[in-house]
Amino acid sequence: MSIDLKTTSIEPLRKTFDHIAEKLGGDKAATRYQEAVWGLQPQLNFHYRPTWDQRYALYDPRRTAIVMKDFDDLVDPRQYYYGTWTMQRGRQQDAQERNFELVEKRELLAGLDAAWRDRLTRFVLPLRHVAWAGNTNNSFICAYGYGAPITSAAGMHMMDELGVAQYISRIGLVLADNETTLLDAAKDAWMTAPMWQPLRELVERSMVTQDWFELFVAQNFVIDGLIYPLAFDRFDAHLVAHGGAAFPMLTEFIVDWHAESARWVDAMLKMAAAETPANRQHLDAWFAQWLPAVAGALEPLAAFAFGDTGALTDVTAALRARAGKLGLGG
Amino acid sequence: MADKVFIALQNNADAQPIILAIAADNPEAVVVESPGMVKIDCPGRLVIRRASIEAQIGRDFDLQELHLNLISLGGNIDEDDDEFVLSWQR
Amino acid sequence: MAKGKKLGLKERYALMTRGLDWETSYQPMDAVFPYDHYEGIKIKDWDGWADPFRLTMDAYWKYQAEKERKLYAILDAFQQNNGQLNISEARYLSAVKLWLQGITPLEYAAHRGFAHAGRAFRGAGARIACQMQSLDELRHAQTQLHAFSHYNKFFHGFHGFAHMRDRAWYLSIPKSFFEDAMTAGPFEFVTSISFAFEYVLTNLLFMPFVSGAAYNGDMATTTFGFSAQSDESRHMTLGLEVVKFMLQQHEDNVPIVQAWLDKWFWRGYRLLGLVGTMMDYMLPKKVMSWQEAWGIYWEENGIALFHDLARYGIRLPKHHEVAAKEKHRLTHEMWLTLYQYGNALSLHTWIPDDAELDWMSEKYGASFDERYRPRLVYLREREQRGERYFNNRLPMVCQVCQIPVFYTEPDDPLVQCVRIVEAGGTKHHCCSDGCADIFRREPEKYVQALLPPQQIYRGEAGGARDIWEYAAWLHLEKDVDTGEYRGSPDQQHWAQWQQAHKATPADAA
Repeated sequence: MSIDLKTTSIEPLRKTFDHIAEKLGGDKAATRYQEAVWGLQPQLNFHYRPTWDQRYALYDPRRTAIVMKDFDDLVDPRQYYYGTWTMQRGRQQDAQERNFELVEKRELLAGLDAAWRDRLTRFVLPLRHVAWAGNTNNSFICAYGYGAPITSAAGMHMMDELGVAQYISRIGLVLADNETTLLDAAKDAWMTAPMWQPLRELVERSMVTQDWFELFVAQNFVIDGLIYPLAFDRFDAHLVAHGGAAFPMLTEFIVDWHAESARWVDAMLKMAAAETPANRQHLDAWFAQWLPAVAGALEPLAAFAFGDTGALTDVTAALRARAGKLGLGG
Repeated sequence: MADKVFIALQNNADAQPIILAIAADNPEAVVVESPGMVKIDCPGRLVIRRASIEAQIGRDFDLQELHLNLISLGGNIDEDDDEFVLSWQR
Repeated sequence: MAKGKKLGLKERYALMTRGLDWETSYQPMDAVFPYDHYEGIKIKDWDGWADPFRLTMDAYWKYQAEKERKLYAILDAFQQNNGQLNISEARYLSAVKLWLQGITPLEYAAHRGFAHAGRAFRGAGARIACQMQSLDELRHAQTQLHAFSHYNKFFHGFHGFAHMRDRAWYLSIPKSFFEDAMTAGPFEFVTSISFAFEYVLTNLLFMPFVSGAAYNGDMATTTFGFSAQSDESRHMTLGLEVVKFMLQQHEDNVPIVQAWLDKWFWRGYRLLGLVGTMMDYMLPKKVMSWQEAWGIYWEENGIALFHDLARYGIRLPKHHEVAAKEKHRLTHEMWLTLYQYGNALSLHTWIPDDAELDWMSEKYGASFDERYRPRLVYLREREQRGERYFNNRLPMVCQVCQIPVFYTEPDDPLVQCVRIVEAGGTKHHCCSDGCADIFRREPEKYVQALLPPQQIYRGEAGGARDIWEYAAWLHLEKDVDTGEYRGSPDQQHWAQWQQAHKATPADAA
């Protein structure tokens, strides 16, 4: 069918919404990401105080010490709105599902060395509870944070953490022929085993942290920034070397997701730190407080999983370097 | 007479076999078409059977695929791998 | 390692979610979950929660990704092919403008509200259901923006919605509704939104109205509307589950839940007056009247739900009989109000043509012919004489629902219904017994409401001194975004495009 150029008589009147044009500095074509997040959160004229916390307005920038001229500047480098996020996760889960099926069908973990299998169940499976805390903490950031760009991404991160918790659960089921024995043991360990208690104590402390940006630093940068490299990157390598060559197939989603979401986490910290010296001081102080606390809590676990704390020292140094690139920890 | 439960689906090619399966399994169901959608009312209880849909489409069907074309429903839900049931418990 | 047994849907969900949460011991549970007990709801056992859909994240991603792929493929096609030209008439877009300004912000508010509930409950099953809903609501807000983005490029009235949302008098109706829910505790929030609003009432929006959008050729709205509603059925089920859960957990919960159902039925019903008006007046091609939709979705389906809850001691919500008495006139009274304040709306209003008036006569019968048709005809004659009527005075609005106090007495459609309530020595006005009851239950909440006319008189609307200055403060361009449809730029553009379209058969497809 031929396209008649007379249709050009149907000229658009404008390229985007007023508030997007204002942010772009003129009526320019906007991306779907920009139209999906900028200006989405209401700004004023809130009718009632929350009955659950009268100190604050319904949406209130004072819930964190971090100050931004415009919280809409905290854009996600991945440009995730719901559609792009869920389609990406849909593809990843397809691949992950095939991996699980293959490992189960071909019994690809049958050759895993018994001692390492034991370490795997005692070190990795209780991390499902840490991921659940990550879910809880990101729901806090999504609920009480300020501005749609960071809060919507935190909402997606919240569901991602739940996905991770469920994938770790699935590993426990695969290793136990779909019985819950290993997951039950992992829960017991999380609740009572001495080596898990420092981490549980710390995770519970994160769950009562009230400044949502501090919580962002604690959970998404420090806790996840140490645990994922340690438990999935470093530890996977040992399993591979001990008859678990297929194990990384089960953690593919987790490893890829952590690398991808770290780009978002880093961008948030970098932009907030660059905004004002006061912001940088807050971020520095939070990092300085949470890093040794989390690293310390991981010590008994690292010693158990690796025999010594060398790997933990490495990932801690790597996280310091990551912080340095963002202008923190100086 | 029992209160009616209902389910509404988008009126598209994917939903047709589901609608046919529902109509076959629920003799009391009444199918009402509107622009873009189909609403199915049924007194008391309505059952959607995986096997009936599979017989219509000639492939495996996961009942969670219903979500793709579902518009709305009324009734208490009980879902397992084989059946999706809507009912009022009076 | 042997191959494991095959897991069923229920089992798989339970195992993958089971025991993820724990009883904290280094911090008190009440410090970790400070918001789930002050409402007085007693929960003996959170494990009694049963999530009917049992979606694990992998299944959630799989099906939601499939829905989004379909939806965006259609939106892309709609935009590439000037899909806006396929709607019945440009005035249809008043409904879409109202959706963008009034409803899309509620989707966002729901996203945040469910994140709050998804953090607040100490039971894992309830939290996961709320969190999934939180993301779904984000989806709805964003897919609506992406669908409407295209209309914004070709029609007026869409462009300033974010500014309007926080300021405009008629948008304080939906805004205050949702903020009322969000500022309540998490149990009341889920009862209000998932149950009263979504289960009982939003079928009226998403089913007959979206079906109407399909009938009026609006592929964009139809597509996101029905696609969103597929999430909604999960939300409705969450609503029913949370209500049953509270009722099953403790008998002391019953009167609390009943009071919430009374409140939120009425609050939601009042809000839906706008939706009814979209159906009866803004759809050039009509599918179903408000009265018919009310009959199907409330009187049949909604009441069935309450019958089901009767075994727990729940009765029909208070004042439901008033809604029945108003169903003949609700939309006519609302449209006449919007019409006269069309000088401060970011959408067009008009008087229906004779064929539409005949449809209303057929649907609404003698009461319409006696009371509303003559007024509509009178206003149309004025407009045709060049004396289009606008009300230049600020209305008195209801302290609770924030709708101008224009509805009539339940038993006398010729007398304005006003109820006066008092708190702290100050008198406040309500539009109905339903709203007055809501006020009396929580006066300390409703005295906080920011009523737009009062805000204007206080100088908090940019110092506007009259409705025209107020409209300018809302960034409304007079007679472009606002006012009468006939003769508006939207109508003129539409006429030109239709002509251009007809003149070029090559692209007529």
